Amino acid sequence: MDAIMVSGLTKSYGKARGIDSLSLVAGEGEFFGFIGPNGAGKSTTIRTLLGFVRADFGRAEIFGKDITACREEILREVGYLPSEAVFYPGMRVGDVIRFSAKLRGRDCGAEAGRLCDRLQLDTKKRVRELSFGNRKKLGIVCALQHMPRLCILDEPTSGLDPLMQREFFAILKEKNAAGATIFLSSHILSEVQQYCSRAAVIREGRLVACDRVEVLADTGAKRVHVRGNVDIAGLAGVRDVQEGEREIRFLYSGQVKELLSVLCRQEVEDLTVEEPDLEEIFMHYYKK
Amino acid sequence: MVLIKHELRGQRVSFAVWTAAVAFLLAVCIFIFPQMQGGMDGMSEMFASMGGFTEAFGMDRVDFGTFIGFYAVECGNILGLGGALFAALCAVGVLAKEEREHTAEFLLAHPVSRGCVVAQKLAALLLEVFLFNVCVYLTAVACTALAGEEVLWGEITLLHVAYLLLQLELAGICFGISAFLRRGTAGIGLGVAMLLYFLNLIANMSKDAGFLKYITPFAYADGAGIVGSRSLDMGLVGCGMAYGLFGAAVGFFRYTRKDIV
Repeated sequence: MDAIMVSGLTKSYGKARGIDSLSLVAGEGEFFGFIGPNGAGKSTTIRTLLGFVRADFGRAEIFGKDITACREEILREVGYLPSEAVFYPGMRVGDVIRFSAKLRGRDCGAEAGRLCDRLQLDTKKRVRELSFGNRKKLGIVCALQHMPRLCILDEPTSGLDPLMQREFFAILKEKNAAGATIFLSSHILSEVQQYCSRAAVIREGRLVACDRVEVLADTGAKRVHVRGNVDIAGLAGVRDVQEGEREIRFLYSGQVKELLSVLCRQEVEDLTVEEPDLEEIFMHYYKK
Repeated sequence: MVLIKHELRGQRVSFAVWTAAVAFLLAVCIFIFPQMQGGMDGMSEMFASMGGFTEAFGMDRVDFGTFIGFYAVECGNILGLGGALFAALCAVGVLAKEEREHTAEFLLAHPVSRGCVVAQKLAALLLEVFLFNVCVYLTAVACTALAGEEVLWGEITLLHVAYLLLQLELAGICFGISAFLRRGTAGIGLGVAMLLYFLNLIANMSKDAGFLKYITPFAYADGAGIVGSRSLDMGLVGCGMAYGLFGAAVGFFRYTRKDIV
């Protein structure tokens, strides 16, 4: 069964663009990455899935249920961590966690305690005393304490220190191994590459790619660095050109023999051809 | 029930301050009456001959020298205006505050329908207004007895019922407005309450503006009129309750359909 199925989903805020004819599928049990720069439409997609905003067109299902008709039923099985976790400032951390569990009509005390221990979250502090990182931890506990089948996490690691990020992903991996689907929205490509099995890339509200992370990374492009007096004006498949004094760097996705035939006619002092890192590959999707 | 408790808990400081303030002013007013009564010779006539001001506050329709006449005008102004401001302030922020304080995303990510959120918030609001009035009523009755005045149960109860209805109507209207707001709620709530208060003063001063009585809830909560007739104008009350219900229904309709951004 698909955990998330989105088909032709469109949402705009007046004249402002949100998402445009977005379609994607995340299977149950997947660790799915949702990648895009700020303002690409990641949060709008999530907000539409959770029923905070209504789609203008298109439809979406979670675990085969329509997101509008079965909203409450769906939310029982979903844990959501917003990019900016905000809680009632006068409440204590423990009260917020219990309030969240009561709204779900469940006793989540044992799992909440375990998560608080692992994330080193002081339940006696008031929300207004918490740093951004600690508010994020509280958001994580509220999102995961009821053992959801689907975890929707919007920029989850912002504000967490590297040790906490590692602990957080260890928790997510355990949840995923136990069968939970993880839908991770992020613009940090390294965490998507490290943890996600599949990913979708969104740009300006539209889906530009959706596949396994290894396939997305394998674009055939090479990072080329040439030293010498070189002109590559006639070479096809060149982008992201950075010229320096007697040197040039670029991403090349054409035939290698064409590259070599162009270079061999010129004054090349040194040549380096290497695999681009994931960051560079995804820049390919982000740029027009 | 979870949200009702949460709302009441979140409002407890504001509730305590408003209840204490209005009850204290009411008590002061009641306790100073015996002293004022001594110097009242000629005062009633003076109050009854201040032209538009007299009519605006209904002082031409009650005897200011009697406790119930004094209570209807003075305590009516305190409870009428204080209670209206309290109800309007509570109601106008009840839905909007979740978006203003960015907690809506947290709340609505739980398996609770928006209709349930609206219903529980409205129930909490009505309960708060009701409890406020119970506290003020008990304080007023106790202080009246302590001041050595006769407790005219019928008149005092009728006055307090009228103020409760006034506050419920305002709460309903402001609750509806709250569903459209994201910020600046307090000013709008106070503005609505004050506007309706002054509309009643205008309606009392000018016969041409009599139609305003069908708009403002202060018309059926006019202490002088209630004590004089020992009854409520059920026509005006009916209009007021219809406005309040309409406001709450608009709030329900709007909040269950709006985008939370």
